[in-house]
Amino acid sequence: MKVQFTLNRKAVATTVVPGETLLEYLRKNEFYSVKYGCDHGECGACTVLIDGLSYNACLVLIHTLKDRQIETIESFTIKGELHRVQKSFIEHGAIQCGYCTPGMILSAESLLRVNPDPTENEIRDAMAGNLCRCTGYVKPVEALK
Amino acid sequence: MKTVGEKTARIDALALSRGKPVFTDDMKLNDVLHLKLLKSPFAHAKIVDIDVSKAFEMEGVHAILTHKDFQPHYYTTAGQGYPEPSPRDTVIFDSVVRFVGDRIALVAADTIETAEAAVDKIQVKYEELPAILDPEEAIGNSVILHPEPQKSGIHDAKKNIAAHIEAEIGDLNKAFKNSELVLEDSFSTPYVQQTSIEPHITLTWLDENDRLIIRTSTQVPFHVRRIVAEVLGIPIRKIRVIKPRVGGGFGGKQEILNEELCAAITQRTGRPARLEFTRREELYAARSRHPQIVRLKVGMNKDHTIRALDMRILENTGAYGSHALTVMSVTAQKTLSLYRCPNIRVTGNAVYTNLPIAGAYRGYGAPQGFFALESMMDQIASKMNIDPVVLRKKNIVQLGDEIPIARILGEGQHGYPVEVYSTGLNECLDRGQDLIGWSSRMSKPANKNNDKNNINPIHSGLGVATAAQGSGIAGVDMGAVFIKMNEDASFNLLTGATDIGTGSDTALAQIAAEELEVPVKNIIVYSSDTDFTPFDTGAYASSTTYISGGAVKIAAERIKAKILALGMKILGEENAEISKGFVIGGSGKRISYEDICTKTFYTEKQEQIMATASKISFDSPAPYNATFADVSVDIETGIVRVNKIVSITDSGQVINPQMAEGQVEGAIPQSLGMALSEFMVFDDKGAAVNLDLNSYHIYSAIDMPEIITEFIPTHEPTGPFGAKAAAEIPINGPAPAVVNAIYNACGVRIRDLPITPEKILKGLGKI
Repeated sequence: MKVQFTLNRKAVATTVVPGETLLEYLRKNEFYSVKYGCDHGECGACTVLIDGLSYNACLVLIHTLKDRQIETIESFTIKGELHRVQKSFIEHGAIQCGYCTPGMILSAESLLRVNPDPTENEIRDAMAGNLCRCTGYVKPVEALK
Repeated sequence: MKTVGEKTARIDALALSRGKPVFTDDMKLNDVLHLKLLKSPFAHAKIVDIDVSKAFEMEGVHAILTHKDFQPHYYTTAGQGYPEPSPRDTVIFDSVVRFVGDRIALVAADTIETAEAAVDKIQVKYEELPAILDPEEAIGNSVILHPEPQKSGIHDAKKNIAAHIEAEIGDLNKAFKNSELVLEDSFSTPYVQQTSIEPHITLTWLDENDRLIIRTSTQVPFHVRRIVAEVLGIPIRKIRVIKPRVGGGFGGKQEILNEELCAAITQRTGRPARLEFTRREELYAARSRHPQIVRLKVGMNKDHTIRALDMRILENTGAYGSHALTVMSVTAQKTLSLYRCPNIRVTGNAVYTNLPIAGAYRGYGAPQGFFALESMMDQIASKMNIDPVVLRKKNIVQLGDEIPIARILGEGQHGYPVEVYSTGLNECLDRGQDLIGWSSRMSKPANKNNDKNNINPIHSGLGVATAAQGSGIAGVDMGAVFIKMNEDASFNLLTGATDIGTGSDTALAQIAAEELEVPVKNIIVYSSDTDFTPFDTGAYASSTTYISGGAVKIAAERIKAKILALGMKILGEENAEISKGFVIGGSGKRISYEDICTKTFYTEKQEQIMATASKISFDSPAPYNATFADVSVDIETGIVRVNKIVSITDSGQVINPQMAEGQVEGAIPQSLGMALSEFMVFDDKGAAVNLDLNSYHIYSAIDMPEIITEFIPTHEPTGPFGAKAAAEIPINGPAPAVVNAIYNACGVRIRDLPITPEKILKGLGKI
């Protein structure tokens, strides 16, 4: 069985390995920004965007992705120009170890696409699925205000 | 200063923001073997027989290791200086398992699925042994965890005492007799977990010269090299340890946890190997904070000064004694360094139980001790009817004070004389008091809802806690660096210091840039590679800025002296000075850094401008912190809500304010977790039951209270540019401040963490 989807704006057709998750597929194909943290949808380190919404890649089976648009942070820097959330994270010191950072930025982006001027509570809600053990979320939230 | 004390973007932030492949697992190894451990289902059992034949027959299985494959060699998994102060009570695989999660066998297969399936096919015949699941039953129990005579460094194996401390200053009995008030109480902290989001992960392979490469998520690359060499009998020269970016450590990676296993497979098969802990494995088979029961007896004078302090510690080290002695030493040494007190006694036992292995966790014993001491101070304030802030101000150590306990009690050895050269704790209390609105608290002393007209079930309260930590381990920690100059006035800074997400690479670059008078971007940092960087004990004990930063400053001074000397020779000047990237002679002639380096490479006075430096300190100056908590307690449900935490820290001269704030902001939810939401739960057979992040609850963005973080600037004369540590100190205050605020809110004193609604309601007499 083959499945076709768009990955970082490129059309992809791949043979489905039964039971393979999007997290496994992406890391196997060297999209290393998508991190393993729990494999149970609890930590958000593997967050990706699917049709603009944030998902835990560890909970998405690859065969369900027919015609869907998938984005990872690898697609966020275009011609050397950082995405505004990436810039803001750097400026606000929102990155410590950086392991949860790609996921956090993607969750933030999924919020900002539908709500460009979110309140602090809306920001926190959007990031509630991205666990971070370094920052206490203070600077990541500041970066999105 | 130009660079030190300024906000500088982390030098690794660009790569991290783009999700670049910078972590251990972000690379492809051809022909890699995936490893999986078989772990003990019993808290205590003897392996009567183990049959791996069915597993080994499986296609794709290439190696299985059990205790039968190794000569017993006793070591400790603790990544500490050598000789390690932890007992050598561990073997790579044993015929006795001592907790649910203890290693039994390791499978190496072509895929992780095959390895997992093979683990299930290993047949083990166990003889279950009685287990010790309560630390208070460990001493004198007929069950002995480590009877083997070959094990060394155990304080009293027959009594299950892994480590023991005692120290005494003054005359306690007399002091208590003459005290105006004597209070005695007991406090306990649970098993909590470091929970770095990146699990333990190691890759190993042989390079083209058959040297063993270990790429691992570690806080202690040089200890990894030493311990793997020792355990597997591989010469140190044949091992290279590389630490890439690390996705958080917090002490959990100050441990040799899977490096030796990967290395053993690569050593035996010649193939690359990969071993990653699952989250579930992290939560029961990695490391945790040592649970402690701390009994305190405090004698007070009429003038509210402390006359005598007696501390008795019972520490649960779990099945093995990793960090047992030193964590307990820190509990005593740090807590008893905070207040002036002429009569001090501490006794402590770290005991073995058939529960998971405790280890290093940020704060390293101090959070347990300060939870007890700062809860006790609150009770004293209440008993003596004095403002808890005033009580602390009357007792905290002051500039110029000697710290007697530091001399007697080091970490695993004697200590060194310590004098307070810098403290801003008074100012921390003042500032925090203002920011939390403390004056409102004193008009509302603790009550149990005495006001009968008040029908609002939400009771609010404020609490305070103070704390001290250290900056590196006095007389033990050593950091070394190598700096060389390039012809564009950039400098390679090669350091053993281990950035585990703390930002130490950036802080060290700032220190070098400040001394060399160049922008931070001119410092190219490469760290933690045992082949290419000098030695460093590693990222622990709040040592990196103070110790490794000290080494950077010395090396940079040496470089600067060389630049000046060579510049003068090239210019033909008798005297000169350095300013803004130039050597300027007395006659006004000048030459740029770039020209000096280019000439010394190719045409004049040819040499590579470079320098090395090592730093060891017999001081470990204390950073100080005052933490204030604002909480609400619902007296009908017992639910506690932390509204606000104010954390004011004296870290000396802060090198990078944004990163230092980040340290405090990250420490606070870890401490709040220990207070309110994080604790490992065990069933009656000793198996941890909350094995995922839904049931082991670390703080998320929506759980956080408002956080206010500030620093009080002081200058530590022994630190680089006046710096002290920042990483651990802020984790001590939140838990006791919250407990004290709960008492202020509703009159319930929680002595045993975690705080649960049930305990609150029990305290209120409602259940």
